[in-house]
Amino acid sequence: MGQVSINENVMDLTPDGPRLKGMRCNNCGNHVFPMQSGCPKCTSDDVEEVQLGTQGTLWAWTIQGFPPKAPPYLGEANPEKFEAYGVGYIELPGQLKVESRLTISDPSLLKIGMEMEIVPETIGMDEEGNELVTFAFAPSA
Amino acid sequence: MSDDVAIVGIGIHPFGRHEGVSGMEQGAIAIRKACEDAKIKWSDLQFAFGGSVAAGSPDHMVSQMGLTGLQFINVVNGCATGGSALISTYNTIKSGAYDIGVAVGFDKHERGAFRVQTGKQGERDWYGGSGMALTTQFFGMKINRYMEEYGITQSSLAKVASKAFRNGSKNENAWRREALGEEEVLQSQMLSYPLTQYMFCSPGEGGVALVLARADQAHKYTDKPIFLKSAVVKSRRYGSFEVLAPSLALDYADGPTVDASKAAFEAAGIGPEDIDVAQLQDTESGAEIMHMAENGFCKHGEQEKMLADGDTEINGRLPVNTDGGCLANGEPVGASGLRQVYENVLQLRGQAGKRQVPNNPKVAYTHVYGAPGISGVTILSA
Ligand SMILES: [Zn+2]
Repeated sequence: MGQVSINENVMDLTPDGPRLKGMRCNNCGNHVFPMQSGCPKCTSDDVEEVQLGTQGTLWAWTIQGFPPKAPPYLGEANPEKFEAYGVGYIELPGQLKVESRLTISDPSLLKIGMEMEIVPETIGMDEEGNELVTFAFAPSA
Repeated sequence: MSDDVAIVGIGIHPFGRHEGVSGMEQGAIAIRKACEDAKIKWSDLQFAFGGSVAAGSPDHMVSQMGLTGLQFINVVNGCATGGSALISTYNTIKSGAYDIGVAVGFDKHERGAFRVQTGKQGERDWYGGSGMALTTQFFGMKINRYMEEYGITQSSLAKVASKAFRNGSKNENAWRREALGEEEVLQSQMLSYPLTQYMFCSPGEGGVALVLARADQAHKYTDKPIFLKSAVVKSRRYGSFEVLAPSLALDYADGPTVDASKAAFEAAGIGPEDIDVAQLQDTESGAEIMHMAENGFCKHGEQEKMLADGDTEINGRLPVNTDGGCLANGEPVGASGLRQVYENVLQLRGQAGKRQVPNNPKVAYTHVYGAPGISGVTILSA
């Protein structure tokens, strides 16, 4: 029993933490997450998979105050045990803004423009008893 | 302005929750009322466009309406489903293919926030699985950023919701007809900061039908034809900030609402200053505020003062969501955009009763916005 990525097509789980797999367009340099087969900016299909950055700044945020429906949610959906979590977009310099869970759920501690970095977050268990790990962003250490 | 197409009959099935009544039956009831309003029979209709996202294929209703052999085409187009049925009906008549037809929209959704399944087949749904993929989060993030950028306060969010329920209390077809004060709105559960429970609309049920005809034949059906000056649907462009997006571009572009609004005004040959009453997408109260500016009715940030001055009240300078909007009516996706048009037809006919906009409004505007980044606008004139 160990830890596994929530989905290896979008995220590798490395000893250094989660690494997101995005698309880079070889024609215009545009990035998209997750990987897709064509570029929405210039319409080129000359694209490749790249690893996205791990640090950025907070661009927009909210707090998820009620349990999402399960499925699709894999986390704690029982209203009695549910704990609010942050959701935001983090601007990764030179690449894109990625939507992510945030480790902070207190509105007074979140500020647009604050520095953040990617961290692993266990969301649930898979069929074999492994921890399913997704990504979140936390204030930079 | 050309007078090519007129709305000659309108019908609605009340919005809300209706145990034991299917979405399609609600659509059929709306069509019967619209036919009655236009003094025609189902067999007089030459074609139909039907929209529903969650309540079955609209064309199946021919078996209960009557097997007349008419052309019946189904439309599914996200939150612009009803609006797309209307545009298709409009263009069909404008093209000269048919003289009279109906646009119908209905829906029936499960309780609670929309459940969005984003996973690819055979893969774990990481997006929804991780606790994202909720439309409510998008609206929370967008208004939260907007409030900081343009100085909009939470009190304004409460004012919008409170106005919606006040207007809804004057609408016999609305779901929520109990007026709610600003304080009650602010004190309700925080769902997606800074938006509380009563600032959000809920998925619901309902049906609306509109009979459209060639404008030069409209007087056969009604004394008060309402002319459809323009009807536009736009999808998003690269760089816009949209609902259900795992990533956004670094570049920034205006959203589809701005594009649809500009195109609709251009086609109608008028501007925002000519509008007497507007129905704007209010999935939550922040959306109504942002959409006031995105549709060209004010500059970003001016909404704070407009709301404080009561400009968007029924007797204000620009009445917005006079029937209570999505907040008081709920959002049956297939019917929602058509409900806005239904309300504007009542207003332009002078038949809106307790919520009638004073001084004989002449030009009216509707706007829908939703997943996956789509917007629809119509402009009507008396
Ligand atoms: Zn490109």
